[in-house]
Amino acid sequence: MLLRHTPKEIKERSALTVNPAKTCQPIGAMYAALGIHGCLPHSHGSQGCCSYHRSTLTRHYKEPVMAATSSFTEGSSVFGGQANLLTAINNIFTIYEPDVIAIHSTCLSETIGDDLKQISEKAKEEGKVPLGKHVIYCNTPSYVGSHVTGYANMLKGIVDYFPESTGKKVDCLNLISGWVEPADMREVKRMAKMMGANTIIFPDTSDVLDAPQTGRYTMYPKGGTSISELIASGNSKASLGFGEWATKDAAIKLENKCKVPFEITDLPIGLCATDRFVQALSKLAEVTIPESITTERGRLVDVITDYQQYLYGKRVALWGDPDQLIPLVEFLLDLDMKPVYIVSGTPGKKMAAKLEKLLSEKVPEARYKNGELADMFLMHQWIKNEPVDLLIGNSYGKYISRDENIPFLRMGFPIMDRVGHSYFPTVGYMGGIRILEKILGLLMDKQDADSPETSFELVM
Amino acid sequence: MSKKNKAILPDPSELKEEILSKYPKKVAKKRAGSIVINDPEEHQVQQSNVRTIPGIITQRGCCYAGCKGVVLGPTRDIVNLTHGPIGCGFYSWLTRRNQTDAGADGTNFIPYCFSTDMQDSNIVFGGEKKLAQAIREAYEIFKPHAISIFSTCPVGLIGDDIHTVARTMKKELGINVFGFSCEGYKGVSQSAGHHIANNRIFTDVVGLDDSVRPGKYRINLLGEYNIGGDAFELENYFEEIGITLVSTFSGNSSILDFENSHMVDLNMVMCHRSINYIAEMMEKKYGVPWIKVNFIGAEATAKSLRKIAEYFEDDEMMAKVEKLIRREMQEVTDTLKDVKPRCEGKLAMMFVGGSRAHHYQELFTEIGMQTVSAGYEFAHRDDYEGRKVLGSIKVDADSRNIEELEVEKDEKLFRKDLPEKKAKLEAKGYKFSDYEGMMPDMDKNSLVIDDISHWESEKLIEYYKPAIFCAGIKEKYVIQKYGIPLKQLHSYDYGGPFAGFKGAVNFYKEIDRMVNTRIWKLIPPPWKDQPEIVAKFADAEY
Repeated sequence: MLLRHTPKEIKERSALTVNPAKTCQPIGAMYAALGIHGCLPHSHGSQGCCSYHRSTLTRHYKEPVMAATSSFTEGSSVFGGQANLLTAINNIFTIYEPDVIAIHSTCLSETIGDDLKQISEKAKEEGKVPLGKHVIYCNTPSYVGSHVTGYANMLKGIVDYFPESTGKKVDCLNLISGWVEPADMREVKRMAKMMGANTIIFPDTSDVLDAPQTGRYTMYPKGGTSISELIASGNSKASLGFGEWATKDAAIKLENKCKVPFEITDLPIGLCATDRFVQALSKLAEVTIPESITTERGRLVDVITDYQQYLYGKRVALWGDPDQLIPLVEFLLDLDMKPVYIVSGTPGKKMAAKLEKLLSEKVPEARYKNGELADMFLMHQWIKNEPVDLLIGNSYGKYISRDENIPFLRMGFPIMDRVGHSYFPTVGYMGGIRILEKILGLLMDKQDADSPETSFELVM
Repeated sequence: MSKKNKAILPDPSELKEEILSKYPKKVAKKRAGSIVINDPEEHQVQQSNVRTIPGIITQRGCCYAGCKGVVLGPTRDIVNLTHGPIGCGFYSWLTRRNQTDAGADGTNFIPYCFSTDMQDSNIVFGGEKKLAQAIREAYEIFKPHAISIFSTCPVGLIGDDIHTVARTMKKELGINVFGFSCEGYKGVSQSAGHHIANNRIFTDVVGLDDSVRPGKYRINLLGEYNIGGDAFELENYFEEIGITLVSTFSGNSSILDFENSHMVDLNMVMCHRSINYIAEMMEKKYGVPWIKVNFIGAEATAKSLRKIAEYFEDDEMMAKVEKLIRREMQEVTDTLKDVKPRCEGKLAMMFVGGSRAHHYQELFTEIGMQTVSAGYEFAHRDDYEGRKVLGSIKVDADSRNIEELEVEKDEKLFRKDLPEKKAKLEAKGYKFSDYEGMMPDMDKNSLVIDDISHWESEKLIEYYKPAIFCAGIKEKYVIQKYGIPLKQLHSYDYGGPFAGFKGAVNFYKEIDRMVNTRIWKLIPPPWKDQPEIVAKFADAEY
């Protein structure tokens, strides 16, 4: 047993987190910044933060993840990190020549109170920012929220800096992307194109974190939202943010700054959430929903009807981020599955409210918790008390999966031990089919492995 | 290792100039001292253990990573509690792949991540109460033999006194509780964390159990972290040659072994950088001498095993060692015969750690590959130039903040026989407390670079076009996008073991696979060299 010290008996904890279902803000800011073309993320803190974030993102993507650090020492921690950041900005523009440096803070620089706005202005005054280059920033104190908060804060930082309004709206819809994979951003773009919508998507990590092997390394891959697009987003007629936790603050900021009205939908994961996303896109972009989209939807529904018997009543435990978990729970319910345990380290009372609404009638026995102390240890204890048929979450679930002999679908962040998450979308109708394929594969493999020889089935 | 016939490489002065020319003047001046064109016959100063230049894109991590991640991480039966916001604990959770056998008592906390998950209110009002409560809860649920606390950056700034909390909780719970002030900003790299870990383990753990373990000879293996099962390999050797391995610091380790680790006859130091402090302190306090060993490379392993047997002056042990070497070398020789012709003459470079960039050159030499450039991520001058420079290293402000423990002789437990033995052997030319460093072992004109930057690795690749580059996860896919394989020497790319004879065999095969795999040749599409056909299609109207 790998998690042999996890007891069945649940003791109340008030201070100790064990096996967290979240990580800290800066990594989210780093990921979001990688979705800007020609951008080098910069971590204003100790070297370890930058190193840890780059390592974790690299393990997840198996791609170069470039970022710089202010390399705080004890001296800078006492006297402030301004000198380090000014040096860093100068060095980065001289040596690595990005178009944008996207700075995020850390618990260290937040605790000492470094003022990123003032320092980046000073860098400009001192001529450390070459003409036509940009320094953007956001505050990401690690002791508030989670990695999702950091992602949301970097989006706010982007909106704070780039979008400009000429006062004249153009026929374009901003798609503000929640924390999803490069493949998902690519899929959303494909769907918008199918619908004939004129869009700007940001951030966009496709062609950044799924770059091809060409034998030539380029520090700034061809993907990422361009600066001109980010500036132009201020003239768009509306914004559609998908993923409330990740995008709402940025959408509000863009409305306040450039009078771009917005709507927020769930991440388009599963049938109904994708329906709402497609409808919102159609409404805001003022385009009709084409037959081709309806056909894709039909395919997803078809697969569900074909395989419903293997899904019905299956108990599922999930952990991850609210933006993924909420539509995923809804999808599982549409599959007649039972999402019984849900944890997320990301705080926000609205998560419990949304889950309550989804689950109270259909799965009254469901247990869920988010925020502090909502960790994988607790979820594992719930499982020990009454087992489940399927686990859905990041790679850390493999320990529970092995100990308890439960099929395990990897979804979320980080996935460090399997391939596919960055290449094949889980959003949209096609993404729904992929989720189904994965779930069914796992459940049917288990049935094949466990069934007696007498009832071993060829056709399923 | 001391390669007998050193080659002379082309003078890379121009490359060095080109690298530096891109840097702002001040940066160029600072980096110049960290890039040294090696001359194994001349003693040159290698600037190292100095601050990383902000923005330069370094490989380095932080003090916490060195303390919690590297030194204490592999110990299975301590609840390692990170005091801070969630990230630090999360990122160091299982990511260094220290393999562990839970042992007879079955205690193994390695798959767990313990954190106080500090919130903004803890930053404002202090986190000591939460820390104490977290320790209480950890004890109630897990009943560990010991709990240790690791400070993250904000803890030092807000002034939480983890050591007082540790003392209070030790009293309350009746188990060992101790803390490490390893805030990320301390020192200039992971190295500070190693030192802090060594200090606290020495003061709070080593020496708690004075029992004498069975066996004729007792040793510790210091600085072996059981990545990919390296320590498992070595444990077998010691058993075979009749030595009791009391403790390994800290691969596949138990705190119970640390407590007893002063009751040995010899310390063997594998990773000099991360663990030499404990070796030195144990010698001062208990009289246990230390020798440098290296189990990376078949020849190095043989040499190290012989050196151990020589220390014990035991013919029976020496016979066992020779038997073991003979037996194990068979597979080594057979594999080399197969692998070497495909690897010979190819170039390698490695930038990693505080010993690995040196040790692994040995393995490459064995398959006929040449190391043209190497450097450490967090080493000190003695790891490059040898311990002879120890007296002349200037202690700067960043290192001065790391406590240097005053250690006194333990009158009761000091082994008077061991210094005598040491003197006798030294007179015969046997080397103790000695590490000659990486540079004397490298070829003339090889490029030695400390704390290499991303820019510098790019230029190295263009210049040398190596067949393989060794570094870590952050560098892995950058280098591979050039069409050059990168071997991770922190995580071994999830393979291994690479220590000992079996490890050498694994490594030869692994490098052969990596440098000769067909996929690197398949990168260009077949139509790349057929522009006229593409043009015809493009021009045609359909």
